[in-house]
Amino acid sequence: MTDLAERVAAPTAKVDQAVRTPGPWRSIAKHTGLILLTLVMLYPVIWMVVSSLRPNEEIFRSPGVIPDSFRFENYSEGWNALSSPFGHYLINSAIVVLGCIIGNLVSCSMAAYAFARLEFRGKKLWFAIMLGTIMLPIHVIIVPQYVMFSQFGWVNTFLPLIVPKLLATDAFFVFLMVQFIRGLPRELDEAARIDGAGHPRIFRQVILPLMLPALATTTIFTFIWTWNDFFSQLIYLTDPEMYTVPVALRSYVDATVSTSWGSMFAMSVVSLLPIFLAFLVGQRFLIKGIATTGIK
Amino acid sequence: MATTTARPSSTRPPAGPAAAQRRGRPARHRTDGIAGYLFLSPWLLGLLTITAIPMLMSLYLSFTNYDVLSDWESMEWVGLDNYRTMFTDDPSFWHAVQTTLVFALVATPLKLAAALGVALLLNRPFKGAGLFRGLFYLPSLLGGSVALAIVWVNMFNRDGAFNSFLSWFGIEGKAWVNDPDFALGTLILLAVWQFGAPMVIFLAGLKQVPVELYEAASVDGASPWRKFINITLPMLSPVIFFNLVLETINGFQGFTSAFVLSNGTGGPVDSTLMYTLHLYIKGWNEYQMGYASAMAWVFLLAIGLVTAVVFRTGRFWVHYSDGED
Repeated sequence: MTDLAERVAAPTAKVDQAVRTPGPWRSIAKHTGLILLTLVMLYPVIWMVVSSLRPNEEIFRSPGVIPDSFRFENYSEGWNALSSPFGHYLINSAIVVLGCIIGNLVSCSMAAYAFARLEFRGKKLWFAIMLGTIMLPIHVIIVPQYVMFSQFGWVNTFLPLIVPKLLATDAFFVFLMVQFIRGLPRELDEAARIDGAGHPRIFRQVILPLMLPALATTTIFTFIWTWNDFFSQLIYLTDPEMYTVPVALRSYVDATVSTSWGSMFAMSVVSLLPIFLAFLVGQRFLIKGIATTGIK
Repeated sequence: MATTTARPSSTRPPAGPAAAQRRGRPARHRTDGIAGYLFLSPWLLGLLTITAIPMLMSLYLSFTNYDVLSDWESMEWVGLDNYRTMFTDDPSFWHAVQTTLVFALVATPLKLAAALGVALLLNRPFKGAGLFRGLFYLPSLLGGSVALAIVWVNMFNRDGAFNSFLSWFGIEGKAWVNDPDFALGTLILLAVWQFGAPMVIFLAGLKQVPVELYEAASVDGASPWRKFINITLPMLSPVIFFNLVLETINGFQGFTSAFVLSNGTGGPVDSTLMYTLHLYIKGWNEYQMGYASAMAWVFLLAIGLVTAVVFRTGRFWVHYSDGED
């Protein structure tokens, strides 16, 4: 169990020597170690992709990652294994994700502008409360929230997943944007103010265009978190028609017990493709985002 | 935290409301007040309806036997019964507490050690450092998904890749995910696998350590190990602290992997019954919403307590360079 952890933690002590006197051997050792570690780290992902292309009886025979034969039918079978084609769940997830992104961008940027640029009574208190809610586990409010939304008749709609984002409940992003806006030179909005612009105009025409990097970070994190989110989607979406990707994939485990592993892995791959693409496109913003605010 | 309010009066808009100026307050404050609350209104509405009211409501529900299915009239005030049952009459509750504590207390230090170790390796710029950073970061984006949990379970099953690997060394493995002694271990390993996010934060922190400190230490003939203990660790301690708080709280909230591994039951023998999973089972399988609310409040208090303890101990080992020591 600690096998991986030891392998990962072991190089710690050697590090300083290695970087201090970069002799050729040290450098080679370091690179070899890093490459080995990378292989260990990526093995589960590679194994998933390879298994998705293997015939059923081959998946569990060897840990190797070079398949003897390719079985692309896994994908077509997996796509059609549930009551709706898998594309249906992809679209459901896409709708939820899109709603959440729009909600977070609009509501969080407005709140952030107020906290970063405007002076009003009670601001410090509200700001402290906002910071406090960042750490609040969703489990504390999920029961009454569920009761409330089910009274509204919102269970098995996407509203319980999207509406909270329209109301800036992801305080993480408010904080991220506040930090970003504080870094922008005030002279710009002062100049706009002297030219007679009101706050809505300064916000739209001065601040928003300048905070594009923060908006990009928010978009990409909202995308990944919402796409992966399982708990709230499991609770609110019980009708198979409304299933999103994680809930559908989970029901797949029940539906295909010991029948078609390959197609289950195939759909696992499909479900992770959007995350992988988001990572490729937005790596810069992701890394910057967590480095500056420490969000996950 | 908040920005300073002092600003030169010349920046005041020329045509502020006269009334405000008569009272000797800068006009800006009045106009900002309205604008401020307008900009804040979605957030305020959310705070009220999505967070504050549900929190109070769950506190109330925790003293009732509410079950969602029947109507409100049949709901009864049961006083502290839910809490009493939880602590004295629900063995699974204590299993859940134990499982969650073991998970958080084992996974968090391992994850942070891995994150720090690899961050130190990647700290000095070299060819390909960015690529390695990206590849190590990727698992923390994938690891929380249902898909990866499915992969994990199958890798550590009887015929899984892990046992095939062990068989090369003549070791006969078992169905780790079905063994009460090891199932949680596989979940801890999955959590540690996602060390990329704290690693990136460590990397950002390492960039802030002044190079002069290392140079001065080299002049004094300090060994690399001493430099790590006496410079890197203290200078990095605020970042370590930040990661520790964040990852501990995350650790307490683990749900997806335990749900997938145990098919929503917390098994085998409650060994993967994370606290949040027990709450889910009580609330949405058994419809005991009152009980689930009580669990939620105990959870909030526990997380608050743990965070407070971490902050307390932080005084003894977190070093802020703008302080005097």
